[in-house]
Amino acid sequence: MEKLLQYSFTGLAAGSLYALVALGIVLIYRSTRVLNFAHADIATLATFVSFSLLTNEYSFPVALGLSLLTGAAVGIAFYFVVLVRAQREGANLLGMVILTLGLALVIQGGVVWQWGAEPVSLPFPISDTKTYKVGLVVMSQLALATLAAGLVGSLLLYLLVQKTRLGLAMRATSENVMAAQTLGIPTRMVLSVSWGVASALGVVAGIFLAPALLLDPFFMLDPFLKGFAAAVLGGLNSLPGAVVGALLLGVAESLTGAYLTIQFKNTLAFVIIIVVLLLRPEGLLGKEFKERV
Amino acid sequence: MDLVESYAEDLRFARRPFTRALLGLLLLAVAAFPWVAPDYMVFIATLVALYSIGVMGQNILIGYTGQISFGQAGFLAIGAFAFGHLRIWGAPFFLALVGAGAIAALAGVLVGFPSLRLKGPYLAIATLGFGVAVYQIFVNWEVLSGGRSGLAIAKLKPIFGLSSTRYEYYVYLALLAGFTLVTYNLVSSYVGRAFVAIRDSDIAAEVNGVNLTRYKLLSFAISSFYTGVHGALYAQVLGHIEPQIFNIGESLTLFVAVIIGGVASIEGSILGALFVILVPKVFANFREMVPVVYGVTILVVLIFEPLGLFGRWLKTRLYFQLWPFR
Repeated sequence: MEKLLQYSFTGLAAGSLYALVALGIVLIYRSTRVLNFAHADIATLATFVSFSLLTNEYSFPVALGLSLLTGAAVGIAFYFVVLVRAQREGANLLGMVILTLGLALVIQGGVVWQWGAEPVSLPFPISDTKTYKVGLVVMSQLALATLAAGLVGSLLLYLLVQKTRLGLAMRATSENVMAAQTLGIPTRMVLSVSWGVASALGVVAGIFLAPALLLDPFFMLDPFLKGFAAAVLGGLNSLPGAVVGALLLGVAESLTGAYLTIQFKNTLAFVIIIVVLLLRPEGLLGKEFKERV
Repeated sequence: MDLVESYAEDLRFARRPFTRALLGLLLLAVAAFPWVAPDYMVFIATLVALYSIGVMGQNILIGYTGQISFGQAGFLAIGAFAFGHLRIWGAPFFLALVGAGAIAALAGVLVGFPSLRLKGPYLAIATLGFGVAVYQIFVNWEVLSGGRSGLAIAKLKPIFGLSSTRYEYYVYLALLAGFTLVTYNLVSSYVGRAFVAIRDSDIAAEVNGVNLTRYKLLSFAISSFYTGVHGALYAQVLGHIEPQIFNIGESLTLFVAVIIGGVASIEGSILGALFVILVPKVFANFREMVPVVYGVTILVVLIFEPLGLFGRWLKTRLYFQLWPFR
């Protein structure tokens, strides 16, 4: 029982970060129908920016703020400079997905060039050795902070999308771009905001993951794939689905590691993807897209 | 300008004497290559030949059938390890090659089943998941992968007293020629047209009597057969395989080759293979810049030249054919 609770808690903490990654993926997917393969690399880049700032004695809030801005700026710039242009040239959806892949490769190479491929550790103000015991469960400070970051991030996104005018415009744009344009919504601005917010969410996940893992140019790949899996599990066009899927995935993974096999713990996410796609392709909370010929 | 007067002339591979002479010259150059170039260059040419086969297979799936797959490294690994085990059990080279291809094709059919229900990005994730899952299974399951030390594969025994580098070059070149011929005939047959119809609109294709299940699975099977053979040939040329070779980067490399070489073109596949082999060699001193080059090329190609290197070649050729008019 104690073990079960303990591993569930660890799973929830990991899941809350997957949730941030998944929310970013879903936000972009449902507004532009583009699956953003550069999500992980934007987050990696921004995390390295905060690494540079922190090692140069800047305070943590400054580093966090600047790296969030970096992530958002890269996302917005990519949308305006590359995607809008490609759309004008008549690129199809597949083309745009491949463009994000191109961006991913460019950033990856740039990060290796600037910071090297050697793993480094991020000087993080919150320790993972200081622990609190609540009931039967031992919680590290880092795990609590992670959980809090995930929840606050999701909550802020919820408020933005559901309670503001901008959120309304975002929802309208993702529902039907043409109609939104006709109603006078500046859809390009709105979509660029979606890209910026989504990238910033990924950056938060990256910064809170970095102290648990070591920071190297490929450290976000695994969490990113898990975020994908979570988004698919919850439904690629449903924001609440992304959170539910991510928490479920986090717990399932942690329990698999505890009770079944530690070696194949990471394979679980992909088994889940394939099973979900076969049984319920629209995910737990997603709606199926209908299409005309 | 050339005028096509009969159907037989239209089908002919090289129509004009000049083209035929150029083609002959190219073949001669390719055949003479290992006698004039240093061994290292011959080895690189061998790599290009075997990558071309894999890229062609990937192009059948992506370019002709329009199904994205990011899991090619999985098929590569399956092909390579199947080949390795078959060789260790004493199977001759060609039998092991066909066996590796067949096992990869079987895996392709299994992965193809989800593709019946999934489209676009969903399929991309599912295949990405497949690629990573295969990688992790091989890394963690030592009976299959030979553990940390990997599998060692015996070198081919050269005949006619050729050096082993030259012998491998000729064998791989012959295989590439065979696969190219098969692919040409495949894409201009009923099957190829069915693939293209599925790519352009699967529902319309189904309405017109293309059996989606059969042809999507067939496309996956053929493509993964090619990729399995690629894996096997790669294993043979390396002489030693371990699961770490077949990581997600390898899937991306094959994908990049298809996009840069030219979607839905066989010559483009070979150009793409040339590109992804030569770029890392040219940038050997700046390894970290290789992904940047790939990425920038993808961005440029997709925005300015959607047909890739082969499209550029077609345009250049057209320019010279029409010269001095434009």
